[in-house]
Amino acid sequence: MDNAAMYRENILEHYQHPNNKGRLIGATCEHRAHNPLCGDDITIQLKIKGGKVEDVKFNGIGCAINTAAASLLTDSVKGKKVSEIMKLKKEDVISLLQIDISPVRLKCALLPLEALQAAAQKAASDKKART
Amino acid sequence: MKLNDMIAKKLRKDFPLLSQKINGKPIIFVDNASTTQKPEEVIEAVSGFYENTNANVHRGVYLLSEEATKQYEEAHAVVARFINASPEEIIFTKNTTESINLLAYTLGSLFAKDCGAEECGCAGKEYDCGFGDRCDDGSCEDGSGECRDSGCCESESPKENGSQSGKRNEIVLTEMEHHSNLVPWQQLARRSGMILKFIRMNDDLTLDYDDARRKITSRAAIVSAVHISNAFGTVNDVELLCGLARENGAISIIDAAQSVPHIPIDVKRIKCDFLAFSGHKMLGPTGIGVLYGRKELLQKMPPFLFGGDMISAVSYESAEWNALPMKFEAGTPDISGAVGLAAAIKYLQRIGLKNISAWEHELLDYAFKKLKSIPGVMIHSPPLKHCSSIVSFNIKGIHPHDLASLLADKGVCVRGGHHCAMPVMDKLGLSGTCRASFYLYNTLEDIDALIAAIISAKKIFGKEGSKN
Repeated sequence: MDNAAMYRENILEHYQHPNNKGRLIGATCEHRAHNPLCGDDITIQLKIKGGKVEDVKFNGIGCAINTAAASLLTDSVKGKKVSEIMKLKKEDVISLLQIDISPVRLKCALLPLEALQAAAQKAASDKKART
Repeated sequence: MKLNDMIAKKLRKDFPLLSQKINGKPIIFVDNASTTQKPEEVIEAVSGFYENTNANVHRGVYLLSEEATKQYEEAHAVVARFINASPEEIIFTKNTTESINLLAYTLGSLFAKDCGAEECGCAGKEYDCGFGDRCDDGSCEDGSGECRDSGCCESESPKENGSQSGKRNEIVLTEMEHHSNLVPWQQLARRSGMILKFIRMNDDLTLDYDDARRKITSRAAIVSAVHISNAFGTVNDVELLCGLARENGAISIIDAAQSVPHIPIDVKRIKCDFLAFSGHKMLGPTGIGVLYGRKELLQKMPPFLFGGDMISAVSYESAEWNALPMKFEAGTPDISGAVGLAAAIKYLQRIGLKNISAWEHELLDYAFKKLKSIPGVMIHSPPLKHCSSIVSFNIKGIHPHDLASLLADKGVCVRGGHHCAMPVMDKLGLSGTCRASFYLYNTLEDIDALIAAIISAKKIFGKEGSKN
């Protein structure tokens, strides 16, 4: 396939001007995930209130696919329930990105989801521990 | 044979894979630090072995086995002549990584000889204790398998090296090691309570030799250094490093994975104790690697892997080890790999390593100039005179992995990432780089294609740099 097709305007826009990038004040949980293949390194922070995502931010260094996926994914989960986040699948990320991703780059696209779900999992288990 | 663009183009035809097209474009293979393509005669040597000679070595008395054994042994001799060693000093492994692991698991016994025999019940025997933490053969006076006074094993400096004080328990590496010359030593340090030290790099990505003099002291047990950095192309002065190791009574090891394929290597001139490299980075097959070791050290070391072929006699209770190099080559070896590696070395020798490195230098010079002419290019390699066959770079606003993906569209094969050197990338604050690495079959046109592909990638990403 033609790799250039992955770098659509929308992807580049989210790479160069990502949404929800930075540190989240008052985060209730976070998770850092790392992709040794290309050095993508992402931390996702969540502020969970009443079982729902009140706010979310990500930080780290990543390639265009990784950063765009993080930007789009964090946009999409605001206001969602933790249980909904846990149900997200790779197809959901791909449909957010709206591009065909070559198999070697799939890990870049899915790393933010991995970090997000691990962070949400922490929130869920914290809640269990308290109740 | 002095190489130039025309001859390189001719040599390219010796490599069947390089006639392939990618997306309708000729393949531009500039990822040679990762692995190299194979010339027809290497491929034929391997397939010829299976078609005509295949049998196990050192076993059958029939003609095929004799011929396979002859070819396998001749491969040791070819490698030995190539680096000015003797055949018994050449151990075939699977790659550089295995060669270094072999050392990390067996070198302990070389230090055990430093035990004072009166103080330690286990001393004086060849394979007694590792770094003084336990006896392998249960010959301790109390039979516990533990040294009575383990301190005596690790604390004494070799007597022949004068009376330095302090423990000989340091492993000295450089900051630019590949993971394969780092992680095995981390594990050894963890097992034996040794300490890792790192010779620092200068800002221009060369090694700081003043720091080398500070770090390599009488406390150094092992000095293991990369000859040519796979991440930046830096050529280190290994003669100097081995000299410092020798003066201080330490074992010297050279990771020569990126140097043996590209520059003439003479182990007697470097005066290293050990040197490791891989066949696949020098036109040979994957799965065959080499460990050179000085004979007297190899004789003293215990085997790494145990089993068939590495023994001379076995009873139900015990075994005696075979002669070198078989002592370190347990089990059926990669015979066809050895035959293929010998064919690769003959190919390289026909062209001449000096000619190869001179051509690579020309390619590198051209690549440096062309890359520097592109706005936004940052080069992460040392100055040309300290660099060999590798240029590492980044483009502002494009992650190296994205750049590598876009270059791939144009048939240009480069590596984008941390090049198995994560600690040094972290130190430099890089998430990775793009790396172009050249070999004898690369041409100036290959570099032009690389440059054109970079310019086209820049267009896709637009003028604006990323906020990241």
